[in-house]
Amino acid sequence: MTVESTAARKPRRSGAAGKRTGAAKKQQSPQASEPQLVQLLTPEGERVEHPECDIELSAQELRGLYRDMVLTRRFDAEATALQRQGELGLWASLLGQEAAQIGSGRALRDDDYVFPTYREHGVAWCRGVDPTNLLGMFRGVNHGGWDPNTNNFQLYTIVIGSQTLHATGYAMGVAKDGADSAVIAYFGDGASSQGDVAEAFTFSAVYNAPVVFFCQNNQWAISEPTEKQTRVPLYKRAEGFGFPGVRVDGNDVLACLAVTRWALERARRGEGPTLIEAFTYRMGAHTTSDDPSRYRHDDERLAWEAKDPIQRLRAHLEAAGHADEAFFTALEEESDTLAKRVREAVRAMPDPDDMAIFENVYADGHALVDEERAQFAAYQASFAEEGN
Amino acid sequence: MAVQKLPLAKALNESLRTALENDPKVLIMGEDVGKLGGVFRVTDGLQKDFGEDRVIDTPLAESGIVGTAIGLALRGYRPVLEIQFDGFVFPAYDQIVTQLAKMHARALGKIKLPVVVRIPYGGGIGAVEHHSESPEALFAHVAGLKVVSPSTPSDAYWMLQQAIQSDDPVVFFEPKRRYWDKGEVDVDAIPGPLHAARTARPGTDLTLAAYGPMVKVCLEAAAAAEEEGKSVEVLDLRSMSPIDFDAIQRSVEKTGRLVVVHEAPVFYGSGAEVAARITERCFYSLESPVLRVGGFHAPYPPARLEEEYLPGLDRVLDAVDRALAY
Repeated sequence: MTVESTAARKPRRSGAAGKRTGAAKKQQSPQASEPQLVQLLTPEGERVEHPECDIELSAQELRGLYRDMVLTRRFDAEATALQRQGELGLWASLLGQEAAQIGSGRALRDDDYVFPTYREHGVAWCRGVDPTNLLGMFRGVNHGGWDPNTNNFQLYTIVIGSQTLHATGYAMGVAKDGADSAVIAYFGDGASSQGDVAEAFTFSAVYNAPVVFFCQNNQWAISEPTEKQTRVPLYKRAEGFGFPGVRVDGNDVLACLAVTRWALERARRGEGPTLIEAFTYRMGAHTTSDDPSRYRHDDERLAWEAKDPIQRLRAHLEAAGHADEAFFTALEEESDTLAKRVREAVRAMPDPDDMAIFENVYADGHALVDEERAQFAAYQASFAEEGN
Repeated sequence: MAVQKLPLAKALNESLRTALENDPKVLIMGEDVGKLGGVFRVTDGLQKDFGEDRVIDTPLAESGIVGTAIGLALRGYRPVLEIQFDGFVFPAYDQIVTQLAKMHARALGKIKLPVVVRIPYGGGIGAVEHHSESPEALFAHVAGLKVVSPSTPSDAYWMLQQAIQSDDPVVFFEPKRRYWDKGEVDVDAIPGPLHAARTARPGTDLTLAAYGPMVKVCLEAAAAAEEEGKSVEVLDLRSMSPIDFDAIQRSVEKTGRLVVVHEAPVFYGSGAEVAARITERCFYSLESPVLRVGGFHAPYPPARLEEEYLPGLDRVLDAVDRALAY
């Protein structure tokens, strides 16, 4: 695939979508002002072909991607509801970004390693991280706490862009070990302004690290639109660092899967880093504390609603006859079961012990932490004694 | 030969060499650490002997050095980083404070970050701006980091060995004006604990507590005081996080007087922490307030003024006199 594809997309010559439309020679011309993005599934659910980047998926695999997106969205909605009910202190919704996350997440092998931000709930799902594990930090019982090495999924990183350097270093280690695993770093359009991201690009290029930089450009960094971050399309940043950049339709799960798989294979072959800009949209607020009505118009959101990642795959599944009503009904029930499980798990999530403050500050211990732990324990115990 | 007389910088070099030999996971990273051997030659010859894959010249980006080292540590490596000068660490401060220090706790102990950040620090070498600072308190204030500074070639060798073996991130402050001072290093010795203070000179009338470059000044001050009939004990704290308060307490319970000395500005400096804790622990043993000698609340001055800025023999003795006058 070239850095910036200029070839027009063609409809597939075979396949259900083609049949449905009578193999129409539909060609979508890119908007003049926007760079071409890789797309394999139109917003209407029509399967189109990309000359350099395509993917063959079975009906079962397509249903799997659909299921991933639906369950992730349901989990996300439940977490938002739990925040509204006071069970979580905060939630960062991924609404609208399901295709970018599921597509890229399903491109990964088990031995690949993920460095997420705090919004990668869909990627976490793909890695097999139990969704309830993601909620501890938002409930305030821990700062993450899962073992990153269980699912090769690092802890959520809140400070914007920091993890791109960790991913790069990890990838340098992978290369040193002679492994053919790849590493993927998630970040957003806002993070693209951070120095750490630029340094990660530099280090990864200089050391030819097997890392994929997956930027979900969801158009908004809290209240700041992408124009406040960049004058060029973000994927073009890669060129100056000496590696390829690609813009993909971030609401097209097939394109995200295909492009990420391609970039991961480049990394495995020792061809170094790739920047993927998944062009998507944050349908909800930045977090539950945010109020988008103060800075953006609803018509923008409505325009993106027509490009919904889940609806377009559903349209494709239905048109191609890949899924029947029973599938969608069963999935609906599975979603409700998941939501119920998450709800119950959050409500049952115990507060940590008081003394957890002093745990895991250091791996090898620290005299001051020991001293303060003992003092605080004695202080707490003094109330118990008074109560007797 | 087990015991060698080495300059402090060479002792560090030997320590790095030993670490590279003993553990294939140890990496050296930094600016100009390869062919040049670092601007102070602390990594001299290491890239030649261990290769570019283990002794890594990095881009000139401190945050990138620390950030990628975190990733390498997560992969199982033990990176030893060189920040070229004290005043250049701040682009990496975010990665050190926000990530390196906190990731072990964030993961509830499930990951470890064995990263050593070596920083040549302090003044006295006639350098330009940003090359003479003492920012150790800015790191000691951060939970999750350990902060140490050797004052002798022997400690330079052994404390660096121990820092590299530590599973916690260690900020390792090297007293750059002492790089060329020679001392005996026994590479077969059994070292004491990394975070224990050392009695550099015993005494009975007053305790001088210092670390890094100021230990030598304090020893000179103690020798001068002896000529006036005053017995001054010198404690080399060696570690700023944790601080060996027990050792200071033992000394102060004996002498009744304490002066803390460092190059860093006195205001919010490690001397403040020592003074507060020791006042609390030793209130009935103290014959005078705990005094502090250090830098002023001003940017590190141009080189032509650093002799006035740095606490020298006379300023330390002045504090000794004031403490003994109570």
